[in-house]
Amino acid sequence: MAGGTLQIKAISGHAGPVAGANTSRDYDVCKLVDTTTCIGCKACEVACVEWNGYPFRPTSFDNTYQTMPNTEWNYWNLIRFDEHENADGTFQWLMRKDQCMHCEDPGCLKACPADGAIVQYSNGIVDFQQEHCIGCQYCVTGCPFDIPKFNQETKKVFKCTLCSDRVNAGLEPACIKSCPTGCLHFGSKDDMLALAQARATQLREHTSHRNAGVYDPEGVGGTHVIYVLHDSSNPEKYGGLPKNPRVPILVQLWKGPLKWLGGLSMMFGVMGVAIHYLRFGPKEAEMKDADIQKEDRNRGN
Amino acid sequence: MGTRAVLHRGPKTDQIERYTPAERIAHWLTAGTYVYAMATGLGFFTPYMYWLVEIVGGGPTARFWHPIIGLGYVFTNVYLHHQWKSDLKLIPEDRVWLDKVKYYITNEDDLLPEQDRFDAGQKLFYWGMLYCAVILLVTGVVMWFPESIGRSWHWVLPLVVIIHSAAALITIGGLIIHVYMGVFMVPGSVKAMTIGYVSRGWAILHAPLWYKKVANGRTVK
Ligand code: HEM
Ligand code: SF4
Ligand code: SF4
Repeated sequence: MAGGTLQIKAISGHAGPVAGANTSRDYDVCKLVDTTTCIGCKACEVACVEWNGYPFRPTSFDNTYQTMPNTEWNYWNLIRFDEHENADGTFQWLMRKDQCMHCEDPGCLKACPADGAIVQYSNGIVDFQQEHCIGCQYCVTGCPFDIPKFNQETKKVFKCTLCSDRVNAGLEPACIKSCPTGCLHFGSKDDMLALAQARATQLREHTSHRNAGVYDPEGVGGTHVIYVLHDSSNPEKYGGLPKNPRVPILVQLWKGPLKWLGGLSMMFGVMGVAIHYLRFGPKEAEMKDADIQKEDRNRGN
Repeated sequence: MGTRAVLHRGPKTDQIERYTPAERIAHWLTAGTYVYAMATGLGFFTPYMYWLVEIVGGGPTARFWHPIIGLGYVFTNVYLHHQWKSDLKLIPEDRVWLDKVKYYITNEDDLLPEQDRFDAGQKLFYWGMLYCAVILLVTGVVMWFPESIGRSWHWVLPLVVIIHSAAALITIGGLIIHVYMGVFMVPGSVKAMTIGYVSRGWAILHAPLWYKKVANGRTVK
């Protein structure tokens, strides 16, 4: 990316380390969300709304610690809250930061018909370009995580940009910057995977979370947002995180073989009638008036 | 004053009215709305034809109008149906014509059974377009408002799009043949659908039974 060279290495008068230093963000960036240390404070939700400049929208209270039922076109980042009852009768509060996963194989991009409405940068960020979006919502169909959200008023679709504007300027995403517990990390995919694996191992070996693991689903080629889960055998319980997400098979069929089949059939159709014309020509009705009168007499008219 | 050219009113004596003004208006409304929906739809269908969307005002404009003009297409179809349904009813004799359709293709029309106002091929084209219009309508409305489909039903969306584009492709196949027949294969047809009249020769060759009926007094001018 153009701004990749402007990555900040040191900051004057700055308390603590430079966020994301020593990582190579100019390729393969990644957000790591450690659900085991998230306290559900929603600082990241507020930071997201603030950085992206949307007014805070009305929320609805439904007896949980979740801000609203779903992400919205102007609310891209939502801490999903689930009260989970374990087999031994104990309760667990599960907090998962839900946002675009920035899939390596993005179904939204595959499904989109509009030239340039969705781009994927070489660093892995999948970004919507609203000026090219036609509002057909095919991306909603293609996304296995139910992320793109439609704005009825502007007829455009929005989602988390992974703060492509900040990342381009060498900054970490706004949500990462705001997180008070350090459960959010940002860096290169390799670094984040290593960190996540180390944390999962630690959980398995030193806590009761024997199934702790990393969520980096293969079905979509891996994602540029990865999770550490206490129980990676059942991601569904974290607010419906799909176990094996993939670009829907029907979308692959529609955007793959059927496109070609349709296009070729139309070409053969046009070629077919052209060849027919050259071979057989038109059906000329050449009858003189005398013939017509004879014909009429024959028919008894 | 010498001889004076007089504006000829109505058809010449050897001509027969084939389509009434109402029929022609209905036909061209159907054709116009269809072509717009087809062109924009093809733009959405494949990036190689996205330029079709650009020439009618760009993506968002095309996305706005495609479903509305598509609805218009369905309505004009209903109007057309209202006028033509009796002439387009499939009758048992149509089977015979269809069994011998290869003679039609090879321009050996004299080997075919005589046809009424519309031949069996035209009837099939018509009914195909009508049924596909119903499919396009039902699937199109779902695609128009995908946000009304709950998350657990999202998987039907690509299926709906596939059915919509399959129905569209069937009609495009029909249309290629239809336009080819009208413009190239059967000279005089364009005139029939624009100014409304055909020559007697045309009628005897392409719709002999119908010719017999109209020649018996009703519509021959
Ligand atoms: C009955 C009225 C119709 C409605 C409500 C309707 C609606 C839609 C909608 C909402 C879409 C989604 C794409 C978009 O708008 O951006 C679409 C796509 C499409 N429509 Fe229609 N449509 C109708 C009639 C037609 C007709 C008459 C054709 C004629 C060929 C057609 C051909 C297509 C094609 C080829 C696509 C692209 C499918 C793809 O992306 O694979 N539609 N239609
Ligand atoms: S999560 Fe959905 S919107 Fe985000 S990149 Fe993947 S498919 Fe696209
Ligand atoms: S709504 Fe916009 S971004 Fe989504 S598929 Fe359609 S054109 Fe692409």
